[in-house]
Amino acid sequence: MDNQYFIDSDALSPAALEKKHRLENDPSSRTDHMAYLPGMERIQSDIMDKVLSQMKGYDPSKYTARDVRAALEHETCSIEDFKALLSPAAEPFLERMAEKARLETRKHFGNTVYLFTPLYIANYCENYCVYCGFNCYNHIRRMKLDLAQIEHEMEVIARSGMEEILILTGESRAMSDVEYIGEACRLARKYFRMVGLEIYPVNTDEYAYLHQCGADYVTVFQETYDADRYEQLHLMGHKRVWPYRFEAQERALRGGMRGVAFSALLGLADFRKDALATALHVYYLQRKYPHAEMSLSCPRLRPIVNNDKINPQDVGERQLCQVLCAYRIFLPFAGITVSSRESARFRNGIVKIAATKVSAGVSTGVGDHESKYSGQDAGGEQGDEQFEIDDGRSFDKMYKDMEGQGLQPVLNDYLYV
Amino acid sequence: MENDKLILGGREFTSRFILGSGKYSLKLIEAAVKDAGAQIITLAVRRANTKEHESILDYIPEGVTLLPNTSGARDAKEAVRIARLARELGCGDFVKIEIMRDSKYLLPDNQETIRATEILAKEGFVVLPYMYPDLYAARDLVNAGAAAVMPLAAPIGSNKGLAAREFIQILIDEIDLPIIVDAGIGRPSQACEAMEMGAAAVMANTALATAGDLPLMAGAFKQAIEAGRAAYLSGLGRVLTRGADASDPLTGFLR
Repeated sequence: MDNQYFIDSDALSPAALEKKHRLENDPSSRTDHMAYLPGMERIQSDIMDKVLSQMKGYDPSKYTARDVRAALEHETCSIEDFKALLSPAAEPFLERMAEKARLETRKHFGNTVYLFTPLYIANYCENYCVYCGFNCYNHIRRMKLDLAQIEHEMEVIARSGMEEILILTGESRAMSDVEYIGEACRLARKYFRMVGLEIYPVNTDEYAYLHQCGADYVTVFQETYDADRYEQLHLMGHKRVWPYRFEAQERALRGGMRGVAFSALLGLADFRKDALATALHVYYLQRKYPHAEMSLSCPRLRPIVNNDKINPQDVGERQLCQVLCAYRIFLPFAGITVSSRESARFRNGIVKIAATKVSAGVSTGVGDHESKYSGQDAGGEQGDEQFEIDDGRSFDKMYKDMEGQGLQPVLNDYLYV
Repeated sequence: MENDKLILGGREFTSRFILGSGKYSLKLIEAAVKDAGAQIITLAVRRANTKEHESILDYIPEGVTLLPNTSGARDAKEAVRIARLARELGCGDFVKIEIMRDSKYLLPDNQETIRATEILAKEGFVVLPYMYPDLYAARDLVNAGAAAVMPLAAPIGSNKGLAAREFIQILIDEIDLPIIVDAGIGRPSQACEAMEMGAAAVMANTALATAGDLPLMAGAFKQAIEAGRAAYLSGLGRVLTRGADASDPLTGFLR
C-alpha cells in the first residue's frame, strides 16, 4: 500500500489550505527543484554527476548469484561488487554478507560501539515535506528553546554521562538562524566533547562559522537521490532545492568540519538505488577529501504526529540489514549510525554486524529531556516530536545492554583541534 | 640477554613488546602487562580525554610508561597541540606522533610527521614517530630529534604482517636509532621475524585485541619477541638459497 502523506489540519486558514492543495495536486504550481535560490552558494564539483550517472545506470535486477558470490570473495569491494550486494540476488546470501561485514567492522573499529544523543532545540520549519512531522502545514506544538533552556537541556543530558551530542533544528532560517545555532554550539562545548549538527544546509562561510563555534561534524540527509521523486515529496521551501542539499557535505568540509554524515530516508523511492547513491556520495567525496571522516545512517520512514499511516514500504528488516552489510563491505572505514527509529532487538543485532554508533536517551521533541529523563513533569512548554521513535532506552540502559552484547561502549574518541 | 635493554629517551626497558592503542579494553591492558610483559603502553589522547567511567588512565599499572599518541591529528600543528595536551594531562614526556590525512587507510604522512617531530623534540619531548618506511624520511626524523623510528609493517589493523619487510630492513641497516615495527603485525611469528631482522621492538594491538584467548596470545607474543631477539643477538646462521652446498669449492682451482 502506498503511503498516504497528505493530511489536512483544521487549524489551517482557507487560503493556506487552498495553497497546500494546489502544491499537492498541481506540479506547475511548484518551483523548479533544480534551481538554486538567491543566496545559495554554488560550488564547482563533479561529484553530483558521478553519483547520478552511476545511479541512472544501476539495474538491480540484472545481478545474479554468481555476481554476489564473486563480490563476497573479493578482498576489496568494487562499485560493481557493491551493486551486486545491494541487488535482490544477494538476499539469499544475507548471512554470508553479515559475516563479512562483521569482520570488516571489527578490523576497523574493534569491539566498540559509540553512544550519542540528539538534542532538538527548535522545531519550526518553512518547508512542506510531506512525510515529516515538522512540515509547516502539520499542526503541532512549535517551540524554540532560548539559550538558558538549551543550557538546561544540555545539563540534564550531560548528567546522564553522555559526551557526544547532535544538535538539531527544524529547517527555518527565520526562527533558528545561524547565530542562534552557533550560540548553541558554544554552550554544547561546555558540556560535551563532541558536537555534531543536523540543521538546514548552509553556505561554506556559515559552516566555517559554526565550526569556530565548536561544531565539528555535519549531518545532512538527502532523503532521496531520485531528484524527480524528491520533487514530489518536498513541495515547498528551500529544502526543495535538491542540488544545494546534495552539495552540503562538500561545503561543510570546505568550511573546516572534520567529518560529515549522509543518508537517504529509505522508503521514499527505490531503496536499492538510494542506498547505492548514498554510498557513492561518501565514496567519491572521500576520494576528493581523503582526510575527512565519513559516516552513514540508514533510516526508514516512521509514523509522525497526525499521521500514523506513514511506513517504510518495501524496506523490511532483512532489506535494511542487507543495505547495512553492503555499506560496511563497500566502505569499511565509514561509521554507521542506527537510530532509535529501529527497535531495540534490531539495534542489538546490527551493532554486532555493521553499526558503530547508536543513539540513546533519545527525544525527538523539543525541551522535554528533564521530564523524559527524570519521569517528572518539568512544568515548562514542550514542542512536538519529528517522528515516533521505537527504541526508547536510556543512556544507562543502553550502556549496560551494549556491554551485555560483548561490546565496549565508547562515549568519546575525539579531540577538537 | 640479561643486559640487553631497549633504551628510549634515557629510560631502560627490558621488554620489547609495546601495546598499541587502537582497540583498548581493561582486559587487553591486563593481558599486555601480565602476559606479554609490556612496559610501554600507548594511549590515544583523544580517548583519554573523556569523563567516561572506564578511562584508560585509571588502569595503567605502576612502573608502566605511558606513550600518548596524537591519533586524530591531520597535520603537524594538530599533532603538536595534542602532544602538549598530553603533557598537561600528566602523561609524561613520551609522545608517539601519528598524523594521518587519509581516513580510509590511515597511512602516516611522513612530511608532516617530520615537522611535528622537530617542534616537539625541541620542546623536550621524547618523540617516537610512526612513519611509512622511507629511508629519506627516516634520516630526516633522526635529524629532527626523534628518539626512535617506527615504520609500519602493513596497513594498521590489517594483521597482514611484514608487507614492508625489505624497506624496514633498509631502515634497520642504515638508521642508528632503535627501529620499532608498528602496525600490521598479526601473528607472533611475524613479530619474531621482525625481531630477527634487528628491530628494536614490536608494537601490536589488533593482533591481541581480536585473539580468541587474549592472555594466551599475549604470552605467545612475548615468547616470539624474545625468541626473535635472541636469534638476532646470536647472529643468524647461514641460509642455503638453493640446492646443496658444493663440497668442492668452485674456486678451488685457483692457486
